[in-house]
Amino acid sequence: MKLHEYQGMDLFSKYGIPHPPYHLISSVEELVYIKNALTFPVVVKAQVLVGGRGKAGGVLFAKDFDELKKAVDELLHKKIKGKTVRKVLIAPKVNVEREYYLGITLDRRAKAPVVIISEAGGVDIEELAKTAPEKIITFHPYTTLELMPFEIREVAKKLGFPKEDMPALADIAAKLYRLFREKDALLAEINPLARVDGRLMALDSVVIIDDNALYRHPELPSAEDEENTPLEKEAEEADIAFVELDGDIGVVGCGAGIVMASMDLITYFGGKPASFMDLGGGATKDKTVKALEILNKKQGIKSIFMNIFGGITKCDEIAKAIVEFLKKTPDAPPVVVRLIGTNDDIGRKILADNGIKAYMNMEKAAKKAVEIAYERRGQ
Amino acid sequence: MGILVNKNTTVLIQGITGRYGSYHTRLMLDYGTKIVAGVTPGKGGLEVHGVPVYDTVEEAVNNHDIDASIIFVPGPFVKDAALEALKNGIKLVVIITEHVPVNDALHIMEVARRQCATVIGPNCPGIINPGETKLGIMPGHVFKKGKVGILSRSGTLMYEISSLISDSGLGVSTAVGLGGDPIIGMTMVEALRRFQCDPETEAVVILGEIGGSSEIDAAQYIKSEFSKPVVAYFAGRTAPKGKRMGHAGAIVSGEADTIEAKEKAIKNAGGRVAHIPSEIPLILKEVLEK
Repeated sequence: MKLHEYQGMDLFSKYGIPHPPYHLISSVEELVYIKNALTFPVVVKAQVLVGGRGKAGGVLFAKDFDELKKAVDELLHKKIKGKTVRKVLIAPKVNVEREYYLGITLDRRAKAPVVIISEAGGVDIEELAKTAPEKIITFHPYTTLELMPFEIREVAKKLGFPKEDMPALADIAAKLYRLFREKDALLAEINPLARVDGRLMALDSVVIIDDNALYRHPELPSAEDEENTPLEKEAEEADIAFVELDGDIGVVGCGAGIVMASMDLITYFGGKPASFMDLGGGATKDKTVKALEILNKKQGIKSIFMNIFGGITKCDEIAKAIVEFLKKTPDAPPVVVRLIGTNDDIGRKILADNGIKAYMNMEKAAKKAVEIAYERRGQ
Repeated sequence: MGILVNKNTTVLIQGITGRYGSYHTRLMLDYGTKIVAGVTPGKGGLEVHGVPVYDTVEEAVNNHDIDASIIFVPGPFVKDAALEALKNGIKLVVIITEHVPVNDALHIMEVARRQCATVIGPNCPGIINPGETKLGIMPGHVFKKGKVGILSRSGTLMYEISSLISDSGLGVSTAVGLGGDPIIGMTMVEALRRFQCDPETEAVVILGEIGGSSEIDAAQYIKSEFSKPVVAYFAGRTAPKGKRMGHAGAIVSGEADTIEAKEKAIKNAGGRVAHIPSEIPLILKEVLEK
């Protein structure tokens, strides 16, 4: 779960990481309440969960109240990279003397947290890693329990950071590391970590929390996740992994690997997948019907490729679901079924009794789904 | 032969009384797996399909010789169960459970490293040595004994491809599902090391996917040390960047995560790449005839 900037800032406050004071509003009308508390100039930042927000026009400046009204109005009526702006953050515009990048994330290869530090704050760190890797230092903390100040001093020495920033940098890094561990974060990033009037403070936050650990963090805000489409959310509630894609062939299966492979096959044969839809292992009839109904709500689908290799999943459940779905939804796009594995003989008979052909070979089935979509595109 | 397990491997089931644990205990017993004990805290004294149940792993190891443990407990309890198995000296721990917090996985792997124990998973289908034993949830009947070792990040893809390889007559020596999470115990490189030393395995199939760098590491190892033919297939070529494809670990976040980078690495290491599943047995036959 990705947190909004302001939610990350609130977490920073709890851990004693300094940041400029901010106001959060969701309408122009609310401005009157904070009017007297503002010191101009200010920065106005759209609270949307996208990368490259500044470049996409999500950050504006205002030197007086009239400009602020305009900026807030503009942002609240804008979409940033397709995301609606519901809230904006207003903070004093500060004079940055120096900028750092500080991030903590997960090193999958080393199976350990990794700390990333650079002097070139405010820039895209992935881009910098390509163009000037010598400006970045990454390291695994000496003990995973805690990040020690000496580790930061060593890095600061190597990168030639000014001495006066060292104590605060070590302090903030240790606090960010504690936040990363205690809140089950997958990423905790301050970019930039800026020196303002001689004091280091966070001017932005990116915090991603491990979804699998959310159960033990009731204290965390929910992120009103705008990253998922309404259909994706509906699927999530039904425990179905669903990602909408921009093609016209629905792809459904059991297991992430096989569904990705099915999407690849559709593309290989010249089609375009409209979905990644994973029912998971052991899908029941009802869950499968629900999944097909959600997929059918997606506009412009010309055919559905259902690729079932039944291990834990029982093929007769899937077959019953297909029959029920097609009876309920006579205008549904044609479903091309590949059915093999546990109880496939029963499943195939159920389909045959209802006049539905079941393929054994997934590549033949994928090809058929592409052909049908191609024919129906003309209609 | 094969790797990691054989027909004499004795097995403990943690979470044996749960719906899932008890169902798969039966399927594994039917397959021939030597399940000697189960653990569910608070259910000690019961029997599940004839297998004695204990409250603690300590009691189980005091009463039985145990080579390996399989964990079926829900995500929030996996760390407790895995550390309990490791503390009691079990050297092979297979974690089937999905949705294990990453921090918990990190903790488990750190302890496993210290104990020189092997952890497979989490979020994996387990291991199978066809005809001998299976420690996992895969449908046993689609695996036939043979000479191809299989490594997979995905469960269902492993079943699919193993079935193709079995039907082609080549058969499978051992198939290992490594797991779909960002932090997993046994890596591709470690599994390849085992296959290198297994005389029964004549070739290895790697089933990778987008996200992470395990296949790139595997390619480096293959180039420098691995002497058997390798055929790789990668799922997720058409997955959009930044979107998580079901598996927590299957997300493209950088260039090294893409299929193109992985395919290139495998080819540079002298391996072959299949573009669609049906090519895998064909390429295998070609490389094995050389």
